[in-house]
Amino acid sequence: MSGHSNWPEWVYVGVVIALMCWVGAEAWEAERLVEHVPADAKTIIVTGQQWFWTFEHEDGTKEIGELHVEKGKAYKFEIHSKDVNHAFNIHDYVVLMDAIPGRVNTVWFAPMEVGTHDIQCREYCGLIHYNMRGTLIVEEPSS
Amino acid sequence: MVLELQKPRPIWQIMFSTHHTDVGLLYLIMSLGFLFLGGALALVIRAELFLPGAQIIGDAMTFNRIFTVHGTTLIFLFIIPFASAVGNYYVPIMVRYKDMAYPKLNAIAFWLIPPGGALIWLGFADFTWYATPPYSIISAPGPAADMWIFGLKILGISSVLGAINFVVTILKCKHPDMSIGQVPLLAWSFLSSSLIILVAIPTFAAALLMLLTDRLGVSGFFNPVMGGDPIAYAHLFWFTFHPEVYVLVIPAIGMMYEIIPRFSRKPIYSFNSGIFAFVLLSIVGFSSWAHHMYATGMSFTEKTVFMVGTLAAVPASAMHVFNFIATMWNGRIKFATPMMWAVGGIALFFSAGAGGVANAAMPLDFTTHDTYWVVGHFHLFVMGTIAFGSIGFVYYMFPYVTGRMYNETMGKVHFILSFIGTVLVFFTQHVLGLYGMPRRIFDYPPIPEWIAMNQIVTVGAMVIGVSMAIFLVNMIYSAGKGKLANTDDPFDLGGKYYYPFEAKNPSH
Ligand code: HEM
Ligand SMILES: [Cu+2]
Ligand SMILES: [Cu+2]
Repeated sequence: MSGHSNWPEWVYVGVVIALMCWVGAEAWEAERLVEHVPADAKTIIVTGQQWFWTFEHEDGTKEIGELHVEKGKAYKFEIHSKDVNHAFNIHDYVVLMDAIPGRVNTVWFAPMEVGTHDIQCREYCGLIHYNMRGTLIVEEPSS
Repeated sequence: MVLELQKPRPIWQIMFSTHHTDVGLLYLIMSLGFLFLGGALALVIRAELFLPGAQIIGDAMTFNRIFTVHGTTLIFLFIIPFASAVGNYYVPIMVRYKDMAYPKLNAIAFWLIPPGGALIWLGFADFTWYATPPYSIISAPGPAADMWIFGLKILGISSVLGAINFVVTILKCKHPDMSIGQVPLLAWSFLSSSLIILVAIPTFAAALLMLLTDRLGVSGFFNPVMGGDPIAYAHLFWFTFHPEVYVLVIPAIGMMYEIIPRFSRKPIYSFNSGIFAFVLLSIVGFSSWAHHMYATGMSFTEKTVFMVGTLAAVPASAMHVFNFIATMWNGRIKFATPMMWAVGGIALFFSAGAGGVANAAMPLDFTTHDTYWVVGHFHLFVMGTIAFGSIGFVYYMFPYVTGRMYNETMGKVHFILSFIGTVLVFFTQHVLGLYGMPRRIFDYPPIPEWIAMNQIVTVGAMVIGVSMAIFLVNMIYSAGKGKLANTDDPFDLGGKYYYPFEAKNPSH
């Protein structure tokens, strides 16, 4: 309206829109791959409660605060909560999923190296939220 | 503009007044008071996190209460009332009307805030600023939690009343010679943010009542034990509060639109694209709320919808950045204090938006969500953009409100320290988040990288603290003893031309 030509702004807006389309497409593609759970993944039932994690393997063994898994295998976590919201998180493997009472959320991962990693709660859950921590221990396959 | 403090009046005359500049002054003083109170809590949080282990706060519950009240205070008792302060001063003048459309309602909207604030501060709840159930229903200690709910209820009513007033003032009371397209961008920013408030707030108002009856045990809307669903609350909450983030940021952008062209001594590059971007953001801003909920177990399709909705809002914000830069381009820029704050704020606005795009990309959000990254992200908005724009505007208004000049050197030192502090604190927090540190934690394991970064953040926060002390001294001292301002051209920009919204307060 003010007389000067506006083409630089149109070009700029076009570039921003193109960038957003690119980010969106990449994210869509990556998320699609990440969400595809391998058929042979073993199920681990994860239960969060104020303020610790319990793990139950397919063979019925239970662990509290520590989780032992084997390198090179895929695992599917089924995440439950007994009281309030928590978030199950193994940051080193970008595993993050809320534990919400009344729901079962799933997320999977496949550790490729032997080692230990921190498990933590990433959703505020009250007094000891800061210390709702655990350890992931990735071991050589036993077979 | 109007001169407030030059002819001293008894305090009760201002308190019981319904004149827009008096109510504006009350809003201004109260919101800045809460800025200092809420800021002090932030310094306590940072001191606690300087090292692992309990430092100065004895227990986690106190810590949790402190960050909850910090966030609630700065959003609802600083940012929103501060915007109302500016709106009260400027909107009637800009649309050339004698006052706000409903002066009594205006005063009521203001006077609802002190009781709301008192409930929040006397209660000191611990359930974070979004009060997520079922924690907030079955676990959060009362009466603090209930006081918070009532406090927010009252503040919400105040917001809605204020918004009605701005919408009517702008649309119905503007001078008949003026078309809506001639209303300055600052007033447009109030029109857009007020319309967002009117559409967004009722949802949260309902959610708050449902939370209350759930707490009383007479309903189970969000309580899974009684068949309710906590995720329903998250949707209601974010349907209000994602748009609300634009309510917070849009007036600050409006303030920058006031400062940037004057101190660049050029007209705004494109007035129409400013209006277009405000309106676009107000509409598209409603399609992205569940980007806060990717990790709650949403389906792939849901996540995709909300990612697209989020990315769709980005061009509107980007247009403002372009408009600012194009306005400054080739301008005869005068870097007085208000201009420094506005330019600093725009730089931080840009970085904040870039970080937001990363959050919005679904797979990346799983690394950043609920870590310190998110704390860094939204603080680049709330502190870097909104507080920067607002503080710049305090300096800009100061000569008109008090008739005196602030101390320019102190103003510049304030800016430089705050800018350095803000970069240290919030950029570092992004990295800390990538290293996995969750937000809202009272203590952390002694991971060397975490310790180092927490110390940088704390030092940065203390630098901001020092700068804010300088600000306080400057304001109080200069309001009484500063040299008299030339209200025709207080910033020496070369004439009245740069201050088109001159008006005399009719009651003086
Ligand atoms: C370009 C525009 C923006 C984009 C793309 C964006 C994106 C996002 C995303 C995706 C999240 C969720 C992060 C997570 O928790 O995982 C988020 C969080 C947040 N954003 Fe933004 N945002 C933008 C603008 C704003 C503005 C203008 C404000 C404030 C005025 C703001 C304030 C917040 C707040 C307060 C949170 C954290 C809420 C919480 O979890 O407590 N954002 N943003
Ligand atoms: Cu937790
Ligand atoms: Cu949002």
